[in-house]
Amino acid sequence: MAKDYELEKRKFVIGGVAIVIILVYLLRLFSLQMLSEDFKRNADSNAFLKRIQYPARGGISDRNGKLLVYNQPAYDVMVVMTEQEGVDTLDLCESLGITREWYDYRMAEIQDPRRNPGYSKYTQQLFMSQLSTEEFSSFQEKLFRFPGFYIRKRSIRQYRYPNAAHILGDVAEVSPADIEADDYYQGGDYIGKLGVERAYEKQLRGEKGTEILLRDARGRIKGKYQNGKFDQSPVPGKDLTLSIDFDLQVLGERLMRGKLGSIVAIEPSTGEVLCMVSSPTYDPRMMVGRQRGKNHLLLSKDSHKPLLNRAIMGQYPPGSTFKTGQALTFLQEGIITPNTAYPCSRGFHYRGLTVGCHGHGSPLPLVPAIATSCNGYFCWGLYHMLGNRKKYSTVQEAMTRWKDYMVSMGFGYQLGIDLPGEKRGLIPNAAFYDKAYKESWNGLTVISISIGQGEVNLTPLQIANLGATIANRGYYITPHVVKEIQGESLDTTYTRKHYTMVDRANYEVVVRGMRQAVLGGTCRVANNPWYEVCGKTGTAQNPHGQDHSVFMGFAPMNNPKIAICVYVENGTWGATYGVPIGALMMEQHINGKLSPASMHKADMFEHKYLYSPTFYVNGNTEQ
Amino acid sequence: MATQNSNKEKSRGIFQSLDWFTILIYLILLAMGWMSVCGASYDFDQGGNFLDFQTRSGMQIVWIGTSMLLGMIILSIDDRLIESLSYVIYIGFLILLAATPYLSHDIKGSLSWIKVGSFSIQPAEFAKFGTALCVAKVMGSYGFNMGKWRDFLLCISLIIIPMGLIVLQKETGSALVYLCFFLMMYREGMPGSILFAGVAAVVYFVVGVRFAEEPLWGLEVVSTGKAIVLLLVLLFTSGMMWVYTQRSSYVLRVFFFGIVAMTVALIFCKYVIPFDMTWVQLVVCVLMILYLFYAALKERVARFFYIGLFALGSLLFYYSASFVLDNVMQPHQQTRIRVLLGLEDDPRGAGYNVIQAKIAIGSGGLKGKGFLNGTQTKLKYVPEQDTDFIFCTVGEEEGFVGCSMVLLLFLFLILRLIHLAERQPYPFGRIYGYCVVSVFLFHVFINVGMVLGLTPVIGIPLPFFSYGGSSLWGFTILLFIFLRIDAGRNRLQH
Repeated sequence: MAKDYELEKRKFVIGGVAIVIILVYLLRLFSLQMLSEDFKRNADSNAFLKRIQYPARGGISDRNGKLLVYNQPAYDVMVVMTEQEGVDTLDLCESLGITREWYDYRMAEIQDPRRNPGYSKYTQQLFMSQLSTEEFSSFQEKLFRFPGFYIRKRSIRQYRYPNAAHILGDVAEVSPADIEADDYYQGGDYIGKLGVERAYEKQLRGEKGTEILLRDARGRIKGKYQNGKFDQSPVPGKDLTLSIDFDLQVLGERLMRGKLGSIVAIEPSTGEVLCMVSSPTYDPRMMVGRQRGKNHLLLSKDSHKPLLNRAIMGQYPPGSTFKTGQALTFLQEGIITPNTAYPCSRGFHYRGLTVGCHGHGSPLPLVPAIATSCNGYFCWGLYHMLGNRKKYSTVQEAMTRWKDYMVSMGFGYQLGIDLPGEKRGLIPNAAFYDKAYKESWNGLTVISISIGQGEVNLTPLQIANLGATIANRGYYITPHVVKEIQGESLDTTYTRKHYTMVDRANYEVVVRGMRQAVLGGTCRVANNPWYEVCGKTGTAQNPHGQDHSVFMGFAPMNNPKIAICVYVENGTWGATYGVPIGALMMEQHINGKLSPASMHKADMFEHKYLYSPTFYVNGNTEQ
Repeated sequence: MATQNSNKEKSRGIFQSLDWFTILIYLILLAMGWMSVCGASYDFDQGGNFLDFQTRSGMQIVWIGTSMLLGMIILSIDDRLIESLSYVIYIGFLILLAATPYLSHDIKGSLSWIKVGSFSIQPAEFAKFGTALCVAKVMGSYGFNMGKWRDFLLCISLIIIPMGLIVLQKETGSALVYLCFFLMMYREGMPGSILFAGVAAVVYFVVGVRFAEEPLWGLEVVSTGKAIVLLLVLLFTSGMMWVYTQRSSYVLRVFFFGIVAMTVALIFCKYVIPFDMTWVQLVVCVLMILYLFYAALKERVARFFYIGLFALGSLLFYYSASFVLDNVMQPHQQTRIRVLLGLEDDPRGAGYNVIQAKIAIGSGGLKGKGFLNGTQTKLKYVPEQDTDFIFCTVGEEEGFVGCSMVLLLFLFLILRLIHLAERQPYPFGRIYGYCVVSVFLFHVFINVGMVLGLTPVIGIPLPFFSYGGSSLWGFTILLFIFLRIDAGRNRLQH
C-alpha cells in the first residue's frame, strides 16, 4: 500500500497537539509552583499542627507566705464523633451524671459549625469540661465502655480559703472580646476575670509554648516535626506574694458579717494594703469549675451586690473623717492657725443657714474641734477660705485652690491600686458649682463639703489612704495589694512617695487632734494600753436610711504600722461600729492576736446583722 | 542447525533494530515512578523500608521487575505471530471483560478487579493493547477504506464494544480512554472535521456543565459556562470558515460583528443594567448561522452550508445536553456526571481533591521539598496519592524541575513513537503505533490535567508512575509489542 503523503502530514497535527498540551501544562505548573506562595502556606497549615503547651499559672500567697491560690488538675471529657457511634448513651449519661436532654443538646452543639467553629468529626472535641478528681476517677473506670470518648488533663485554679474573693478574683475561659483584644489568647484559654487574677494576668499566665506536630488529613498526629527542633517550651507563670495579712483579712470578714460596707487597712510606710474587706462577700471557690456560670449569675442577681468590691467601687460621703483634710488645708493656706478658735453653739448658724452639732465647749481651737468632731469649726473654716477676697480674687479661685489640696491628698481621681474597677469618687470643683448654681454661689452654698457631706464622695480605699497620709505626716505611696512578683521588681508606681500640698508641721497638729479624739473624744473605744491610736470618726448622713458609720485612724501614733478605714453602711454613729471594728483590726495586726476580751467583742460583732444577709459558702447559699 | 542460525540472526537483528531511545525513556520513567510511589506511600509511623514487600514501594519493585521481564519475553516473540493472533487476543479479552463483573469482588464500587491468587488484576488495563491490535489488523487489511460507511462503522464498533463492557464494570474513566482511538483514526483518514466536532462537543459539554453555576465577572444572572460555550461556537465557526473557505471578508465580518456585539452586551450588562447577556450571544449565533446559509446560496459554496450546520448542531447539542442533564436525568445520574467533571468528587465537598492536589504541587516550588520530604502527600491530604494523583508527589518533592522533566520525557516518548509509527512499512504497524501514541497522550493529558485542575477528574493512571501491577503491565505490553513490530520493520519480505 502506497503511502498517502497528504495523510502523513497529519503526524504534525498529532505531534503539535501533544506539544501544545505539554506546553500548557508546563505554564500551569510554572504558575502554581513559581508564582504563588499561597500554596506553600496552605500546605504548612494543612500539615503542621501547632499544639499549645500550657504553662502552669503562678501561685498566690499572702504577705506571711501562706499559700492562697494554686493549681489543681481537672479533667475534660473529649469526644471524637466518628469513633463514638454505638456508645450506650444512657450508660454514659448515668456515668457522667448528666441528663439525656443535656447529652442531645451538647452533641448537637458540638456538630454545629456555627457554635463550634473549627469542628472536625475526626478530632477530639470538648464534650464536658472540668471533671473533679473524684468524678474523673469514677468515670475512668468505665471509660473502656465508651469508645470515642477521651479524657484530657488540664489544670484549674484552686482557692484554699473561702476568703478574700474580691482581692483574688477568678479565672474563666476567654470571651470573644478577650481574644479580639489580645491575640495571645485562643478559644478555650483561661484568663483572669476579676481581682489580682485579672490585674496581674500577664505575670500569672506565663508564656504558652508550642509543639509542632505533623497531622494527616484525618487529623491524626503522625509525630513531631523534625523531632521537636522548632518546639518552644512554655514559660511558667510568676508567683505573686500579696501584701494582704490573711489573718487580718479573715478577721475583717468576720467582723463585717451581716453588714454592708468595707474595711481597708494600709501599711503607711509602704502603701501595702493589709486587708481589703468588702461585705457582703462570697466564697472564691464558687467561681471554679463547671458551676462558675451558674454561681456568677446567682451572685449578680443578689440585690446586695456581693460581686461589687465596695472598698474600691463603693463611693460614699466620708463624713467627719474628711475634716482632717479640711484642717490640713486651712492650716496650710493660713486661713487658721492651731490657735484659731471658732464658736459653735450646737452648730453653725449664719445668715439663716444652720449646720447642727452636738454639745461641747465653745469657742474651741482646732485640736479639740477635731477630737469632738465639731461641725461648726470646719464650716467656719471653709466659709472663711472661700470668702477670703484678699487671698483669692473670686470664689472660683478659692474653690480651685481647695480642690487642688483635695486632689493632692488622693481624692477625686483613682489612686491607681493594682485591682481592676477602681472608682474615682467625687471632689467638686468650681466649674461643677458654676454649672449647678448658675455661677451664683458662695462659701455658704457649698458649706456641707467641709464636713464630708454634700457632693463629696470617697471610696473606702481613699479614706484609708487619707489615714496613711496623716500617719506618714504628708505623703502616701499608691496602695497596692501585690507585694512581690517572683523574679520581677515592683512597678515604681508602688514605691514612689506622693507628697501632698501640706507641710509636715501642720500634719502634727492634726495628729494631735486625732490622738485627742481617742483619748477623750469620739474614738474613746479605740484607746488601749498597748499602743497609741489616732482616730477620727464619721457619721455620714444618709438620706436613704440610717447614717453610715465610719472610722479612719492609724496606730501607733509614732512609727505607724497600720492605717485603716472602716465603713459600715447604715451603722448610725461612727462610734457604734466603725471605731470598735477598727480597734479590733489594729489590735490583730499590731499585737498579732486579740486579747480574750477583744475576742469576745469580735464574736459579738460577728453576729450583729444590719440586714438580712445571704451567705455564699462554696456554692451553697444559706440565709 | 539452520533454524538455530536464522534465530540467531533474527535476534541479532532485533537487538540492532530495536529503538533503544524509547527503552531509555521507558526505564527513566520507571525509575522516577518508583521514587514517586516511595514518596507517596511513605508512612511517618513506620519509616521507610522501600524493599519490604508489605509496602507499596516494595510491591512496585515486583511489578517493575516483572514488567521488564514481560517486555523481554514480548521482544523475543515473532511480531508476525502477534499480528496473526490479533483477533484471538481481542476476542479473548472481550470474553474476559464480559465475564469480569461476575468474577470480580467489589473494590470501592468498581467491578473491574479479578482475584488471581493473592493479587487482583484489572482486565480493562490489558484490553487496550488487544483492541489496538485488532483495530490495527482490521484497518491494515487490504481493501479497508475509512471512507466507506461499512468499514468505518466496523472500526467504530471494534472500539465501542470493549468500551461498553468496561462501563458495565463501573469504570467509566477507563472506558473513556478508548475515545483516544479516534486520534489514530484521524491519522488514518477520518475527516478532521469529525474529530473536531467530537472535540468541540466534549468541550461544550465539559465547560458548559462545569461552569454552569458560576457567575461571570461577578454577575449573578450570567452563567459562565453558557457564555463561554456560546463564545466558543462563534470562535470555532469563524475558525472553520477561515480553514475551509478562506474567504477572509466573510470570516472577518462574522468574527468582528460577533465579538463586538458580545463585548458591548457584556459591558452594558456589567456597568448599566445586569441582564442575562447569553441571550444576546444566542441571537448573535443564530444571525451568524442565517448569514452562513445566505452565503452558501449567494456564493454557491456548499462548505458555508456545512459550517452553518456545524454551528447549528453546536447550539442544538449544547442546549439539548443541558436540558437532558437538568430535566430528564435522574438525580443520581446527574451526580455521576458531576462527579466525573470533578464537581462532586468526595464527601468533603466539591473540589477538595483538586484543591489539595494544587496545594501539594504548588508547595513544591522550583526544586521541591526533596525525596520523602513532602508533607501533603505523606499525610494523606491528597486522595489516591499513589495511584491517580501520583503526579502530586512529583510536584511536591521534585518541584517544577522534576515535573518539567517528567512532562518533557512523556513528550519525547510520544514524539518518538509518532516517528516510529511513521517509519513502519505496513499499515498494521503504523496503525498500532498510533494507537500507542493516542493511549499515552490521552492518559498524560487527562491524568496530569486533572491533577493541575485543568481537566475533569477522571480516574485513570499516569503511565509508569501510578502504583499498580495491572496498569504497569498493561502499558509495558502495549509499548513493547510496538517496539517488537518496529524492530521487525527491516525484515526482508519473503
